[in-house]
Amino acid sequence: MSYKAKFKVWRGDAGKGDLADYDVEVNEGEVVLDIIHRLQATQAPDMAVRWNCKAGKCGSCSAEINGKPSLMCMTRMSTFTEEETVTVTPLRTFPVIRDLVTDVSFNYTKAREVVSFQPPEGLAPGEYRMQQVDVERSQEFRKCIECFLCQNTCHAVRDHEDNKEHFAGPRFLMRVAELDMHPLDTRERRNEAQEEHGLGFCNITKCCTEVCPEHIKITDNALIPMKERVVDRKYDPLVWLGSKIGRRKQSHS
Amino acid sequence: MATEILTYEYDVVVIGAGGAGLRAAIEARAQGKSVAVICKSLFGKAHTVMAEGGAAAAMGNVNAHDNWMVHFRDTLRGGKFLNNPRMAELHAKEAPDRVWELEQWGALFDRTKDGKISQRNFGGHEYPRLAHVGDRTGLELIRTMQQAVVSYQQKDLKEYGDYEARIKVFAEHTVTRLLKDGDRIAGAFGYRREDGQFVLFKAPAVVLATGGIGKTFKVTSNSWEYTGDGHALALLAGATLINMECVQFHPTGMVWPPSVKGILVTESVRGDGGVLRNSEGKRFMFDYVPDVFRKQYAETEEEADRWYTDPDNNRRPPELLPRDEVARSINSEVKAGRGSPHGGVFLDIASRLPADEVRRRLPSMYHQFKELADVDITAEPMEVGPTCHYVMGGVEVDADTGAASVPGLFAAGEVSGGMHGSNRLGGNSLSDLLVFGRRAGLGAAEYVAGLDADNRPEVADADVEAARTEALAPLEHEGGENPYTVHSELQQTMNDLVGIIRRESEVEAAIEKLGGFRERREVLSAPGSRTFNPGWHLALDLRNMLLVADCVAKAALERQESRGGHTREDYPAMSAEWRKINLVCSLDDKGLAKLERKPVPTIRKDLLELFELSELKKYMTDEELEGLEEAK
Repeated sequence: MSYKAKFKVWRGDAGKGDLADYDVEVNEGEVVLDIIHRLQATQAPDMAVRWNCKAGKCGSCSAEINGKPSLMCMTRMSTFTEEETVTVTPLRTFPVIRDLVTDVSFNYTKAREVVSFQPPEGLAPGEYRMQQVDVERSQEFRKCIECFLCQNTCHAVRDHEDNKEHFAGPRFLMRVAELDMHPLDTRERRNEAQEEHGLGFCNITKCCTEVCPEHIKITDNALIPMKERVVDRKYDPLVWLGSKIGRRKQSHS
Repeated sequence: MATEILTYEYDVVVIGAGGAGLRAAIEARAQGKSVAVICKSLFGKAHTVMAEGGAAAAMGNVNAHDNWMVHFRDTLRGGKFLNNPRMAELHAKEAPDRVWELEQWGALFDRTKDGKISQRNFGGHEYPRLAHVGDRTGLELIRTMQQAVVSYQQKDLKEYGDYEARIKVFAEHTVTRLLKDGDRIAGAFGYRREDGQFVLFKAPAVVLATGGIGKTFKVTSNSWEYTGDGHALALLAGATLINMECVQFHPTGMVWPPSVKGILVTESVRGDGGVLRNSEGKRFMFDYVPDVFRKQYAETEEEADRWYTDPDNNRRPPELLPRDEVARSINSEVKAGRGSPHGGVFLDIASRLPADEVRRRLPSMYHQFKELADVDITAEPMEVGPTCHYVMGGVEVDADTGAASVPGLFAAGEVSGGMHGSNRLGGNSLSDLLVFGRRAGLGAAEYVAGLDADNRPEVADADVEAARTEALAPLEHEGGENPYTVHSELQQTMNDLVGIIRRESEVEAAIEKLGGFRERREVLSAPGSRTFNPGWHLALDLRNMLLVADCVAKAALERQESRGGHTREDYPAMSAEWRKINLVCSLDDKGLAKLERKPVPTIRKDLLELFELSELKKYMTDEELEGLEEAK
């Protein structure tokens, strides 16, 4: 049932750091976060890690496990062999604070740049009427737990630091899509996505969708439909290509 | 590491950024006050995101018979009449407005066919009452209010040129002490987790919205943040806590695998038709309907099953009894040897709903079991058992304003006491956060507005220095014990000796052990630096957990009856005399919990008349019921 696993965990701070080796007990049913907690309790009490719910609902314990951006609480140890070394490193796109904790303030800055829901005038509380089928499109995006794995993975920021200023990243482009598809939002948001939040940087490689622990179809359901609506005005070769290689779902609008 | 202290000045400091904290902050900002919101985690990660089922509000969208009076009645029944009746009244009356208001901020609840907010059934609620979004309602509340805060910040950017001119979120900060000027609140002292930098907030009003105490127990649905910080800060500032013995064990936590033991399985599973069975396949809840609830619950499986489609002519299934009843029943079944392989019972939705319907209504439960336990809940039953979930006890507050006994101190949400009596109904937490978060924010704003400009309280340097010394102690002390060891022993002790079923000798043993833990905490060591050091943070949180545990244990020993979230094996009955008593906890001069008995506020006659006299007689003394007539 229980065995000793080999772990490599990145230890260090903004200045410098390195992978540290640990031999640590693993029991049946455990996830990577359990092992990190065991290291804290037994070998490294000051090992920095974020976590809250331990059930994939809060999006705090994001890290890269054997190079794959994942939630530590949802990565079961049974997905590795007993001989395999498990390497846990902090999110690469954001500056390290300490060990597995990174400075994710970029995301909160971008969140503030998306203009909030603009309710219709003259509709009193309790008078809102919407059909389930109409709210479901935005509800899919509101499942987002803000783990920022998509932001971390998107190569438009991961490999291009200088894009950060102009590109909101998949999570916040999806927020624009969510508001755009909200049945009662009154703001015209289409041009904002392109002109203020950098929708054009997205070249629909779907890396964001692949790492989303909530299985939100970020690219297909949020980003491509927005690109298509922008295309009413501007020609975007990637959307044309996407439609030719059958990657996109039937558009909503 | 810099030794200077970062100092800020605000009108209102809100400690906690879950539902209650955010709602309080929004209200104080709406009243024109400058507001700081302090959260232990990142903004938007608070424990409220874990709330699954919904927010109870008698909107009457699904069953038009529902109204605030029915909701009030259900809340008192659930709390076994230990509730502060004024809080339960305000809550039932205002919850619909608070839910509707969220729609104006962009919330997207599930809808009824006519486009209104859909409402689902839940334990102890007579009608479908919970506004919900699948089984992730808490996340929707947090995100909506997070975005409402951002919306104020966007306005402030336009007006003042700075997003943070009037409301600022201090993410990953922890407050370790409230500071006073004489009797009044003057500010709060804490540290920034990222680098251990000390921070001082000068403010005449503080709203505590720190949530609960679950991390004092081993098996819990609560996250690491739930270390009773607000409860402890209030005590240390001279405020009082009530009824800390009342701790809710949610009947359905995961029991396997061990690493997820305690994680919540939403009550919506039962609200949507799920049933509990023992190892013999029997729906055992029919054997556990207590006398006070007998009239409202079905006696046969046939009647219970008819209720889902015809609630007006049938009684509710006993799986939907209040949580304390269901948790105790599961406990009894397991003890009697009729449990599931991993020490729980079976919760079956697979045989009750088609697979795609289960996935649609309970997506996050489907996901949680699939990914964490390798169980497909559309094909096989879940194994579940009780888990420490919520504390009904908390800061003694004024119902209308959330004011604690210390001037300038307010509390809302789980950290406050009274609203839920001895047991909270599912769904009443999210609505509680909204109703009393707003009221506490308003109370704090009005309190600040009433202060003379030249009479704002001042923080004393000596108090700041004392708080700094206290916070540094675990880092400076060398060669002491590891805080994780003391924490894990504390959790085991509370679980074993002050858990779901309590006995005098065991609680006494726990109180004695707590003394030992306190001594060990004094000499803990947290190796490492001040930069994001979880060992250091835990060492500081332990002070709070030990204070709270002392209150829980002493109150559990004192109350010689069983009621809601307090079950005494040696006093198994409810007592009408004890119903009249609030156990009020404060600190003595040695810093230990001491108890005082105070009367529970009386229930107004017009509210009492919402019940049948025969029902009231089950809870109250003849003396209290004098002059009341049998209802029409």
